[in-house]
Amino acid sequence: MTQKTILEVRDLNKAFGAVVAAADINIEVTEGEIIAIIGANGAGKTTFVNMVTGYLTPTTGTIRFLGQDITGRAPAAVCKAGLTRSFQVAQLFPGLTVMENMLVAFASLRIGTASFFTPLNNAAARKTALGVLSTFGIDPHADAPVSALAQGVRKLLDISMAMISGPSLLMLDEPTSGVAVDEKFPLMETVMAGVRQTDATIMFIEHDMEIVTRYASRVIAFYEGTIIADGPVAQVLDDERVRKYIVGQIQAAATADSP
Amino acid sequence: MRQIDYSFIAIVLAALLLALGAVVFPLWLLSTIVNIIAKALVVIGVILLMRGGLVSFGQGLYYCIGGYVVGLGGQLLGITDIVLLLVFAAIIGIVSGAVIGLLMSRFREIFFAMFSLAIAMILYGMLSQSQALGSTDGFNVARVTALGIELTAGQASLLIYLVACALAAILSILTHIYYKSEVGFACLAAGENEVRLQYLGATPNRIFYGTYIIAATLAALGGALTAINYGHVGPNMTYWTQSGEFIFIALLGGSGSVMAAFVGSTLFEFVRTYALEFAPDAWQLILGTVLVLIIFFLPDGLWSLIQPARSSARIKRRGKAPS
Repeated sequence: MTQKTILEVRDLNKAFGAVVAAADINIEVTEGEIIAIIGANGAGKTTFVNMVTGYLTPTTGTIRFLGQDITGRAPAAVCKAGLTRSFQVAQLFPGLTVMENMLVAFASLRIGTASFFTPLNNAAARKTALGVLSTFGIDPHADAPVSALAQGVRKLLDISMAMISGPSLLMLDEPTSGVAVDEKFPLMETVMAGVRQTDATIMFIEHDMEIVTRYASRVIAFYEGTIIADGPVAQVLDDERVRKYIVGQIQAAATADSP
Repeated sequence: MRQIDYSFIAIVLAALLLALGAVVFPLWLLSTIVNIIAKALVVIGVILLMRGGLVSFGQGLYYCIGGYVVGLGGQLLGITDIVLLLVFAAIIGIVSGAVIGLLMSRFREIFFAMFSLAIAMILYGMLSQSQALGSTDGFNVARVTALGIELTAGQASLLIYLVACALAAILSILTHIYYKSEVGFACLAAGENEVRLQYLGATPNRIFYGTYIIAATLAALGGALTAINYGHVGPNMTYWTQSGEFIFIALLGGSGSVMAAFVGSTLFEFVRTYALEFAPDAWQLILGTVLVLIIFFLPDGLWSLIQPARSSARIKRRGKAPS
């Protein structure tokens, strides 16, 4: 079985004025991997995701996705190429229902001149949208207004919207942030079970090391804009610098938070 | 599982009933109703843009362009056929909207509002300086004909009224299709969360561009209808107070439905007529009070009495949720 490289990031750098947000980032992602990206706040994880998905243009470096150079392409083009993302804070259309959010996501992929006349709520779109919603177990909420949803459902809707295009690579920015502690594992379980039904490769940013250990096949650790470790989970989490700068910091913060 | 959309039937029925009114309505009322329809067409365009979070303070630009196309079409080209004039105005509306929209679709929020205002005022400046077009007084528009037949004043009024009813019905149906369309929803979504829409594969600028052209065309048709109805055009059509009036009516009616624009426009005309009659010196005071009361008690416009607004309008009014 030959393993296909789907994402290849070479010498990526990003500077905001004098602040270096990313320095010499090199990553190769193989199809089917489940990669966790860890790092303390400000380590450059989200900057990395923003660069790969086209929201930020890297200062230098190249990003190749499925064999084509996508460096500097707009998010819409990156999405259509098959790379989508979800957000740390669920990014939804608050005035619409769950179904309408999904239908807008579906329509966005194919919007053109005919779209002035094509009803948003057509049978084909509805079927696709319902399919994705049920994959993530939120189809019972289909007709609910987004403003009435619980945090966990919002997160799942955000991910469902990213999945409707059938991406090859899905980037999840802190899928479990913002939900109650006891909901984290069930949520992640739903997400993983849903994505596994497709061919999508997953990269997810996560702070909870238990979740990382349970779901990831590989971990990439960021520290001050650079990658300090990249490899199998156990190896990376055992790395001295990772323990010192990331795991230790997060545990310290967690201890400080709890009374 | 297909649901029947009763809106189409409602629109056609309303237009037919209105057209039947020609039998009993006096001439002055026919002219007033045409005026209401003309304004409502412009307002529909304003509402379409508002759904996407864009407030046009310069929709008078296309209103004026439509009016002058009718005026000049009669004077320079000798076109007086009512249908030809309207088609002509629509085409010029599309073309000018397509050109100016290239620029406008890149702007958002206050920048869009002020830029639209500025462009409209440039046209005002140009028209009011041009002696050949009657400068600030404008000029008279020749009486319309139908299929080459000359009409009396009374016949012309009746024809204009019936054409206005038909135009209102056709454009309402088209707008309703747009409301329910992929672009219509995408425009609404772009107004709520533009970045997310980009991440889903859409290009908001293009969605706004298309919507902007539709709004321009509607405004040009409204202006053309006004010019035909009044028999006069002037640069005041693109003055900022005129554009403000369209926003005023949009807020009165609300954005819940295509019909809301007509309700708003009717109330506006009604209040203005009676306010002028009862208090000629203070009619603007009355108009202002009405708007304050509407915003306070019916923040989603008069239409919310008929159909409660969805949460989108409410969210927009109170500002976006923190992210």
